[in-house]
Amino acid sequence: MRLLALLLLLFSSVHSFAQDCNNTLNGTLLDIHDGSVLTGATIVVAQTGVGFQTDLDGNFTINFLCNSTYQLQVSHPSCSTKIFTVVIQDDTQKTFKLEHHLESLNEIIVNGNKTSRETKTLFETTLNQQTITSFSGGSLGDVLNSISGVSSLNTGNTVVKPMINGLHSSRVVVINNGVRMQDQEWGAEHAPSIDVNSAGSIKVIKGAGALQYGGNAIGGVIITSAPTVPLLDSLYGKTIVGTSSNGRGGSVSSNLTKSYENGWYSTLQGTLKRFGDFNAPDYVLSNTGIFERNLSVSLGFNRIDYGVEAYYSYFRNEIGILRASHIGGAQDQVQAILSPTPSIIEDFTYGIDNPRQDVTHQLGRISGFKELAGLGRLSLQYDFQQNNRLEFDIRRATDSDKASVDLTLNTQTLRVDLKTDLSDKFEATTGIIGSHQTNFANPETGVRRLIPDYSMQSFGAFFSGNFKINSQWLLEAGVRFDYTFMDVYKFYRQSFWEERGYDDQFSDLVIQVFGNQVLTNPKLYFTNPSFTLGAKHSFGSYTLFANYSMASRAPNASELFSEGLHHSASRIELGDLQFGSETAHKIALTLQQRGERFDFTIMPYSNKIDNFILIEPTAIRQTIRGNFQVWEYRQTQAQMFGIDIQASLSLFDNLSFTHQFSLVKGYDTSNNQPLINMPPPSTLNSLVYTNLKYNNLTISLQSNYVFTQNEFPNTNFEVTLPDSIQILDISTPPPGYHLLHLKASADISDTIYIGLYINNINNTSYRNYLNRLRYYADDLGRNITLQLKFNY
Amino acid sequence: MKTLQIKPFTNFNFKTMKTMTTMKTMKNISFYALLAIAMLGCSDDDAAPLPINDEELITTVILTLTPESGDQVVLTTVDLDGDGPDEPVTTVVGSFSENTQYQGAVRFLNETETPAEEITDEVVEEADEHQVFYTISEGLNIQTTYEDQDSQGNPLGVQITLSTGLASEGSLTVTLRHEPVKPNDGLDSAGGETDIATSFDVSIQ
Repeated sequence: MRLLALLLLLFSSVHSFAQDCNNTLNGTLLDIHDGSVLTGATIVVAQTGVGFQTDLDGNFTINFLCNSTYQLQVSHPSCSTKIFTVVIQDDTQKTFKLEHHLESLNEIIVNGNKTSRETKTLFETTLNQQTITSFSGGSLGDVLNSISGVSSLNTGNTVVKPMINGLHSSRVVVINNGVRMQDQEWGAEHAPSIDVNSAGSIKVIKGAGALQYGGNAIGGVIITSAPTVPLLDSLYGKTIVGTSSNGRGGSVSSNLTKSYENGWYSTLQGTLKRFGDFNAPDYVLSNTGIFERNLSVSLGFNRIDYGVEAYYSYFRNEIGILRASHIGGAQDQVQAILSPTPSIIEDFTYGIDNPRQDVTHQLGRISGFKELAGLGRLSLQYDFQQNNRLEFDIRRATDSDKASVDLTLNTQTLRVDLKTDLSDKFEATTGIIGSHQTNFANPETGVRRLIPDYSMQSFGAFFSGNFKINSQWLLEAGVRFDYTFMDVYKFYRQSFWEERGYDDQFSDLVIQVFGNQVLTNPKLYFTNPSFTLGAKHSFGSYTLFANYSMASRAPNASELFSEGLHHSASRIELGDLQFGSETAHKIALTLQQRGERFDFTIMPYSNKIDNFILIEPTAIRQTIRGNFQVWEYRQTQAQMFGIDIQASLSLFDNLSFTHQFSLVKGYDTSNNQPLINMPPPSTLNSLVYTNLKYNNLTISLQSNYVFTQNEFPNTNFEVTLPDSIQILDISTPPPGYHLLHLKASADISDTIYIGLYINNINNTSYRNYLNRLRYYADDLGRNITLQLKFNY
Repeated sequence: MKTLQIKPFTNFNFKTMKTMTTMKTMKNISFYALLAIAMLGCSDDDAAPLPINDEELITTVILTLTPESGDQVVLTTVDLDGDGPDEPVTTVVGSFSENTQYQGAVRFLNETETPAEEITDEVVEEADEHQVFYTISEGLNIQTTYEDQDSQGNPLGVQITLSTGLASEGSLTVTLRHEPVKPNDGLDSAGGETDIATSFDVSIQ
């Protein structure tokens, strides 16, 4: 071996001594992104100054080269010029790759991965930077509410949980900068721990077809991506300052990016948001302030065909929960519902008192990718997340500074993906994912654990591919398999353990009995297959997307192990240890038309869910604290269907009209009753005036009509009061309402942008069916926001 | 060195070789990834967690009513499993006599602790934030008056006087509210959070 090497070395040096200057370099110039040939590019040999051009096939030939090292300067009208170093040894064949479209580099630098479609046969809605900016002082849920078919389950106005086609919580997967958020998303009053200002774009996929992100996205997937960094020597950033009348607060968000042409870059981003008590039209919503602090930093190196990035983000959010919503049992609920105004209205304050939430989410990620010739793009990612959730209730003084809920969820995930373009027509992505998660409930709270301590391992593997038959037809298919193992330490109340008959069925799970509590160690495993099949057909100005997805979700810790009083809902919630996975079959169709003056998208869908896990009231429980309604999780057959419509019509040169409508119907087919908390139909119509000549002036007047939800399960119940018996109506949805909003924005200069937003212009009093605090207070009154954005 | 060895091969071979090595790298990466995941998953089983007894639980209400002469009436409710499925157990010992004044004292206990925790002390300490309400059903000839006050001069209700009228039957409900509006015109306008709500069937004989 050593001899051979020596001989070869000798051989090569003989060659170089000979100074044979009769070599030919046959080169091919390709676009790094899609491998398409670059024609009409100029190649200049630095040593000689002689220029050559690529032909129609992107090929070029340079003759009479010596066995030496040459510098080639390669330039193309729509690419950045690049110098390549080539070692010539005899006749050489080499492929060169250029970064195409410098002007839109921002869009494609991360190799199309971030802006390309996640699925080919499910319609995706992407919100751009401008829309996100206008919600700078809001939350992720607020931004997403502007998409047809996306609504939210709110707790007050600051906890906004996105809902896609009527589904939320564990059924909606949120991907933050490439990382699947693990932020105790099971709770209805837990909003995603994401700063909207850290997102360059936000994408919503209304279905489970994006298997690379999980096989359990029965509702859909929300993907936020950081703005991409160009390969230029540059230092740039922006600051958004906004202030609002309602809540008398505002937010400041800033980011700064330093990039180098050699591929190194670094970004620092931070947001500070502070609001005091918000106002309903007629009164102060006491204790609804919010204080949010976020910071993220990334450092990376991108050489187009390979790159690495380290990213860290810190998110902390303190949220006051409407004071009047903190009540005891059914007796208090009767009074709260009968009272037209909240029972506690105090003067405005910035202070956030109990009840409140204090959530800290930290996320660290290291990722890298490499384009492997003939194989594709290989990515490797490791991430660590820690979510700490503190909930403070109103307690007696000795405990008032002590949290009632103190849960820490740690998750580590490792994933390897390979994205391959096997040919022009066939693209495939395959990957494996493994994660380890632990939940720790701090016993210092002095309150029984809401979610038990557990550790969970999960493994997933997926393959998805799409095949372009011709310019009109594309087919897509994917399959994924997930395995989850949960090792749980759960304390059951002895009385509950026996009432459920678990003492007979699961006596082997018992470790020890402590007074009236039983410590058990359930070990659960779930296997979840999922797959997707779809087609896309383009004809004329129309595109038709058709997709069928089967998604399968393992029950979450809350559904399995809830057992006790949920203070924020003032009800007793009971899970079931015996639950299996739920499986959804969703068929989604989308017809899109892009015309010169008229565009529309119609998206009908049907989602049939087997073993759908829902929670519903089953009994009234008598306790020493009075009556409480008992809500039990159960599994049933569910059928949902609906339609989302988006349309825009250009009326005159500067004036356009946009329309959105969404409708969803959901039924528990086993019991023949409607599902609870289905979004009522709603429509959003806007007149938009845009004039590029007047500093890019945009004014839009929006009319938002939300219908009354007329299909709901009856969950009312009888409450025995000291002097009477009352029917407590907690199920009838509030009446429909109409809100008017105004949005105006313009460029003051090249770098300064101003926005004025008025929400609920008429200061209309209304209550939202999907706001969990609707029993206690009206929703927000008029809000005027002034915003300035500086680019530098 | 490697390139030199490859040199004699054609381009085609070169490519295949490279693909093969990358395939191998790919396999290696997958292997290490899986190994790492397996290692992540094999963390030691933590020791079993400790039980938490709800600190603020009130399991027991004892209302003792003592006349100047005659028999005491003792009303007790015990609910040891808190919001668990077992219903509270209510006992009434003795019955009221007609036209009699009773000195009443209510106690709140957490009997899941040993010895039982006297919650009454905390209620008295935070008198400003608590009030005990006594609700008498229609037809039951009983009146209650507060005998104690918080620092603001508003009623607290741990100590009361109960006066009976003519013979009758009905229910007496004891309600402990945390952070009610004070002063108030009674339970309906008090708001706050109910910590205790328990009814006793009583009679005046």
